[in-house]
Amino acid sequence: MTIDYSQFLSMSEEVSLLAVVLVLFIADLFACGKEERALACAGGDDTACGCPCGGHVRALLPVVLLLAQTIFILCNINTNAAAVSSAFGGMYESSGMMTALKATLNVGAIIVFLMSSKWLGAAENRIKQGEFYTVTLFTLLGMYFMISSGHFLMFFIGLELASIPMTALIAYDKKRTESAEAGAKFILLALFSAALLLYGISLLYGAAGTLYFSKMASMPVNLLSILGLVLFISGMGFKISLVPFHLWTADTYEGAPTPVTAFLSVISKGSAAFVLFTILAKVFGTGTGFFGLWSVGFFWIIVVSITVANLFAIRQKNLKRFMAFSAISQAGYLVLAVMGVTEQGMAALVFYLLVYLAANLGAFAVIHVVEQNSGKVGIDDYNGLYKTNPKLAFLMTLCLFSLAGIPPFAGFFSKFFVFMAAFNAGYYLLVFIALVNTVISLYYYLLIVKAMYIKENDSPIAAFTSDCGTRAALVLCTVGVILLGLVSAFYDGLSHLAGIAL
Amino acid sequence: MENIQNVLYLSSFVFVPMVMLLGLWLARNINQVRGVMVAGSSVLLLLAVKLVFDFLGARAADPTSEMLFTGHIDWFDALHIKYAVGVDGISVAMLLLSAIIVFTGTFASWKLKPLTKEYFLWFTLLSMGVFGFFITVDMFAMFMFYEIALIPMYLLIGVWGSGKKEYAAMKLTLMLMGGSAFLMCGIFGIFYGAGGNTMNIIDIANHTNGAHAIDTGMQCIWFPMTFVGFGVLGALFPFHTWSPDGHASAPTAVSMLHAGVLMKLGGYGCFRIAMYLMPEAAQELGWIFLILTGISVVYGAFSACVQTDLKYINAYSSVSHCGLVLFAILMLTQTSCTGAILQMLSHGLMTALFFALIGMIYGRTHTRDIRELNGLMRIMPFLSVGYIIAGLANLGLPGFSGFIAEMTIFVGSFENADLFHRILTITACCSIVITAVYILRVVGKILYGTCTNEHHLQLTDATWDERVAVVCLIVSVAGLGLAPLWVSNMIRTGVAPVVEHILPTAQAVAGF
Repeated sequence: MTIDYSQFLSMSEEVSLLAVVLVLFIADLFACGKEERALACAGGDDTACGCPCGGHVRALLPVVLLLAQTIFILCNINTNAAAVSSAFGGMYESSGMMTALKATLNVGAIIVFLMSSKWLGAAENRIKQGEFYTVTLFTLLGMYFMISSGHFLMFFIGLELASIPMTALIAYDKKRTESAEAGAKFILLALFSAALLLYGISLLYGAAGTLYFSKMASMPVNLLSILGLVLFISGMGFKISLVPFHLWTADTYEGAPTPVTAFLSVISKGSAAFVLFTILAKVFGTGTGFFGLWSVGFFWIIVVSITVANLFAIRQKNLKRFMAFSAISQAGYLVLAVMGVTEQGMAALVFYLLVYLAANLGAFAVIHVVEQNSGKVGIDDYNGLYKTNPKLAFLMTLCLFSLAGIPPFAGFFSKFFVFMAAFNAGYYLLVFIALVNTVISLYYYLLIVKAMYIKENDSPIAAFTSDCGTRAALVLCTVGVILLGLVSAFYDGLSHLAGIAL
Repeated sequence: MENIQNVLYLSSFVFVPMVMLLGLWLARNINQVRGVMVAGSSVLLLLAVKLVFDFLGARAADPTSEMLFTGHIDWFDALHIKYAVGVDGISVAMLLLSAIIVFTGTFASWKLKPLTKEYFLWFTLLSMGVFGFFITVDMFAMFMFYEIALIPMYLLIGVWGSGKKEYAAMKLTLMLMGGSAFLMCGIFGIFYGAGGNTMNIIDIANHTNGAHAIDTGMQCIWFPMTFVGFGVLGALFPFHTWSPDGHASAPTAVSMLHAGVLMKLGGYGCFRIAMYLMPEAAQELGWIFLILTGISVVYGAFSACVQTDLKYINAYSSVSHCGLVLFAILMLTQTSCTGAILQMLSHGLMTALFFALIGMIYGRTHTRDIRELNGLMRIMPFLSVGYIIAGLANLGLPGFSGFIAEMTIFVGSFENADLFHRILTITACCSIVITAVYILRVVGKILYGTCTNEHHLQLTDATWDERVAVVCLIVSVAGLGLAPLWVSNMIRTGVAPVVEHILPTAQAVAGF
């Protein structure tokens, strides 16, 4: 097999994202001088320093570029579910579903950029504004590679590229001790889990003699390969934050800056869940002896994840910690779509992710803007929010209802389809347990609604006007929460793309 | 072409509330809000009346098809989910009932404060769910509308309720959503059990369009789940406990809508989905639920006797009467099932009337405790006479709807010749006597005698908006009682195919 530069053409998605990152990186070099001048003016006001729209350009450029890149990859999407293009001898693989997922992650990143624009433009962050975009997009690039990997090492490199820059993002507010602490916790546990994963991969190599996904299905089922599988699942469990690998989640989510938490809770988690699906399908799929083993394992992981996270979420006082436990429980539902590794499950998983992205980012956008304007993140602080900020409270309610799976919002549809897929695969009891858990989750989502609408508060969060970036993010999320479910084109499109012949 | 026309025609019951939601969103002051509500609910009422006439005409022309005005548009192709609509005699009756309750509910909450606009937004969303549930015949769409109808209840009770409102709202929501967790499992079971090719209940029942019979063993798992799922909403013992708290705390119009219409979703669902689609299991396991509903009927009535809060009395009375609906459905004769649907109609109207009057009395006296109320007849004669009429209808006086419904039910139930059904029927009949006890106790206590509370002497009688609501409901109750035949014939055309569908298999099962 000859490998030449034309191979890069089949990686157009990654190449175009890299181009975006480089353009942003270079543009930042030129913007930086002006900004330092602006900072030197001590006021931080753009117009006063002869830099009329520098702040807006810096915030808009990444959004526009990423949007262009999203449109570019969607235009070139491979609509034939069976056709998988591969490059570099099978190290890299790409299918329509992967492109759809990458585009979904892009939309998430755009929403995060929009909601963080004002926060990044603040005086203390302006000097490192460019880095936020570059580093975020590098993690995204890592996820791209992870999703498209056809080889365990490629997958591992993608994973590391996705998690190491993430630490920088979590510790972005370096002067805030919680943020630095969260960064330290994250990197320690990320490295530990990476080590576990790598060890697992080495064991799998020992068992199979190769690390190409396509050639590993014939691996013998023995102690070595089973241990490899267990370590692999542990490593992925950490990324997706499934119980019992979830212990970093709440602290990290609480300490990280809110937009980073949003990014972490949806995008990072979603890509890992998809990769878990593809690797389980390709390497440990239904035809192999591993299928029964990991099915039982995941049965318990899902039950414990959903239940424990739900029970912990009820007791939280801090909204970001609350969302952390909610995210763990949502991850449980996400992994429910993996059970049985069917095509229906794959479509349900990506659809669930898409809907979860809209709803969760919407909720985080509200949390972020409230935090920016009042500094409050406690659940009790939200008492009486409806009286002072009715629109924000209403949007938050829509997002929470969607997370809880209430129709006519998209969350109902995504939950229904995930349950349907798992039910079709024969996991009746699991579906029933998950369904009972949706009632518990409804309880704690309603606690927030109750705080906003029903509870009285002597000193509620004062009325404020949100910035344009947050508004744009909220509009996107709300449209998503309402339309993604009712308009069937999204699910049908994904279902058309879903193919197990990855 | 006709397909799309039917879809649009029936979907207007969903479109109108959507337009109302939009109008409420844009409304700038309370008069505009009221205008939107009155216009919208009148249009709905007219639509429902028009549908009744259209349906009767179409039924006369086509006496064989199970559902009329059927049509569908594709929705989620990959999962065989369609937006399919269709009505029969049962759903037309239910649509009419819902339209009447929404119309009168609007007037009953005329002066509601604060956040009037938001209140009506959620109220309209709730009614959209109710209408949608009755027009669709696709399990997914039905389930979606069912849940749309449930969740606004949380905010409606939590924000605008009284008493232990937060507790009651949470309890109600969680119990009903718990029920729908069972229900969702049941729906999956039916869908995949019948081959996973169609969600349309008519196709599943008739084994057309790729559906085949559901394995009897599987039916015995999914039937209880589905029945309990809907039964929670239909106040099936022992899952009824949300109902008294919820009704007592809810604002007037919400109690009306909830007891009047929402609880009927439970009975309708049990009949239409649980029993219709799983006839063998309904035959084999029906007796368990028959005992439970029998307990509902008697227990509800006894509980109502010892309550002192007017709303609690009525809520327990609802448990008893809704229990009777499920009881009659499970008796599985043409007559008893027709009676069940009549009872849904009659109970919906009577209870709405009751809750409306209680709300109006409470709005004046600020107490619902019957020990503190007396001699109201002289102070507010209009409301008191309304209350007596509601009470008499409730205890089954001939001439009102309650008599027709209960008579039909008990006659139908007695058609089952075996001892088990006979004993249950006789036990359930006792509830009529108990009903008379608690109704007359309340009427005598609060309306007659001399008024001892000086504050109450200053109170005024009903205002015009309240009179509209009360008169509409009384006319409906009396109309149903005096001219029951056309309704009962219409319902019978809907019930007959369903019961016939379930019963042939009954003989087959008995023959084994």
